[in-house]
Amino acid sequence: MRPVTFTQIEGKSSRYWILLGTLSAMIAAGFAAAMYMEHHGHYVTGMTNQIVWGMPHIFAVYLIIAASGALNVASIASVFGRSAYKPLAPLSALLAIALLTGGLIVLVLDLGRPDRLIIAMTYLNLKSIFAWNQLLYSGFILIVAIYIWFMMEKRMQRYSRAVSIAAFIWRLILTTGTGSIFGFLVARQGYDAAIMAPMFIIMSFAAGLAIYILVLMAAYSWTDRELGDSVLRRLKNLLGIFVSAVLYFVLIYHLTNLYVAEHHGIEAFILLGKNGGGQYAMVFWWLQIIMGSIIPLIILFSSLSRQRLMIGIASALVILGGLAQMYVIIIGGQAYPLDIFPGMEVISSGFMDGVPEAYSVSLPEFLLGAGMGFGVALIIVVIGISILRFLPQSLADEVVDFDDAAGASA
Amino acid sequence: MEESKKVTGQSRRSFVKQTAAGVSVATMAPGVVLYSLARATRHPDEAVTDEVRWGMLIDANRCVDGCTDCVTACHEENGVHQLGRPATDAQWIRKVHLRDRQTGREYGIPVMCQHCEHPPCVDVCPTGASFKRADGIVLVDKHICIGCRYCMMACPYKARSFIHEDVTDQVAHAPRGKGTVESCTFCVHKLDAGEGTTACVQACQHDALIFGDLNDSDSRLSRELAKYPSRQLRADLHLNQGVRYRNI
Repeated sequence: MRPVTFTQIEGKSSRYWILLGTLSAMIAAGFAAAMYMEHHGHYVTGMTNQIVWGMPHIFAVYLIIAASGALNVASIASVFGRSAYKPLAPLSALLAIALLTGGLIVLVLDLGRPDRLIIAMTYLNLKSIFAWNQLLYSGFILIVAIYIWFMMEKRMQRYSRAVSIAAFIWRLILTTGTGSIFGFLVARQGYDAAIMAPMFIIMSFAAGLAIYILVLMAAYSWTDRELGDSVLRRLKNLLGIFVSAVLYFVLIYHLTNLYVAEHHGIEAFILLGKNGGGQYAMVFWWLQIIMGSIIPLIILFSSLSRQRLMIGIASALVILGGLAQMYVIIIGGQAYPLDIFPGMEVISSGFMDGVPEAYSVSLPEFLLGAGMGFGVALIIVVIGISILRFLPQSLADEVVDFDDAAGASA
Repeated sequence: MEESKKVTGQSRRSFVKQTAAGVSVATMAPGVVLYSLARATRHPDEAVTDEVRWGMLIDANRCVDGCTDCVTACHEENGVHQLGRPATDAQWIRKVHLRDRQTGREYGIPVMCQHCEHPPCVDVCPTGASFKRADGIVLVDKHICIGCRYCMMACPYKARSFIHEDVTDQVAHAPRGKGTVESCTFCVHKLDAGEGTTACVQACQHDALIFGDLNDSDSRLSRELAKYPSRQLRADLHLNQGVRYRNI
């Protein structure tokens, strides 16, 4: 086993500049979209008075949970003492900060009055989960930044385990807060469920690791550094376990709802596409379950995953499935009409009560969510690894030592 | 121009009302009425107290099918204009026509902010822009609302609207702003001026809406509520709304 050497990437190749240029263009497009929405008002988006959170929230919430999940790799190394993961830890922490920043920028730019952010910062209604989240998000960035510093600074390394434990506990609370945004909403049939918090935690495990794997593969391939099979094998097996766990939580969520008569309506809407829920049933079954869960599981747990490209494809599909799940939860949950008059059928209403709200994604919303969100997150990673020593010079098999046999089997 | 005309009209109307109320009180009112009026009107510098809790009773049997006078009056009173985009236009009050799935009985009712005692919108608001006054009125402070729409996610009655585009022709007593959330105010400007009623109640020609003080056992509202059963929408949520319904 060779000692691990961390170095910056050179950042001089044309590939590097093309990547920076592409990410900058994504950010510019996202910013232009936000300005357009801000200037005209939200009526130019697909959002309405019933679907009040649209595409930007899907990307923002996904990035925020992925951020806490991305930190898992570092937690495995320091909290759970698996030293083989140690070389992977700095990138994990950087990615965590980057993804959270990307998600938060999208959230802020989608506000009706982003110019009033200072009010949100200076006055906190502590009964609001949004207010908790402001503390949790800023605290997370601070703790993880200290963690990175302690990992990189030799004199501080003896304290790094303590910080990593704090960061791990913090990230669990943080994702509990994100899930509880929906879990604590009594008004809508799709939410108001305690399972939301733990489900969001397990979703964050899968999302963060899938993004981590793709970033790791891209970084090593584009800088011609060596990335051994044993690292990827370990990570892809872990990803498979996380995806299975998400499926378990999805199953329990729906089974619980199916048992309770009050929730039969929303279940028929999401699972069977009844009463105008067609698009949500399609996204649920095709994107979330088949493309985003079953196919990646088949790839990850079969001999297909011996090919590196297939691990990449599986990771990308897990991200697609996670975004689809967010779509079903956030948009589907709002599109289903509020049950204001139980037992009654709404014949007519001046405000479209009782009918599912149609939602069509608008381009500005998509650009803000995808362009700004992923653009900001990834540009932080790219710049980060080019100015600080986040990446090991090599992650070849002889450098990373997975001593137990489990990691060696496919 | 239009705004100033409206404001002048408003004070003339309230002057006439206040004079009429004053005269009737002075000449024939018993002590009880005098007491309740004194509780309902307060000096502008005086803080709102919880001595009063404003509420409303809506009788589905009296509400006439096809009549939307309350909706029109509310939106006119508060300068809420429709722009022909129903999905994003603001609605402070709407008429909903319902049919019982089992019995087929039909009725229509107006639905607006229910002015809950435990409003979920106030709980979730990160900046405190959504708030409940001591007299039970749930409001949005448009100056500190950041437009996050969390309150709209939390409201079980779909009572709130997000201002999706520029607003014009605002009235002085009901400021509105693009990018913020708004809803029924129980015509708080009228209550603060001592009128003791709302535009929708004044507009209803069928006596389907009764407005008053829930804390005053002698108010018509309290007497009616004590006489016959009434219901709250989604009573299972235990929000103890200020708005009650009869015959639903």
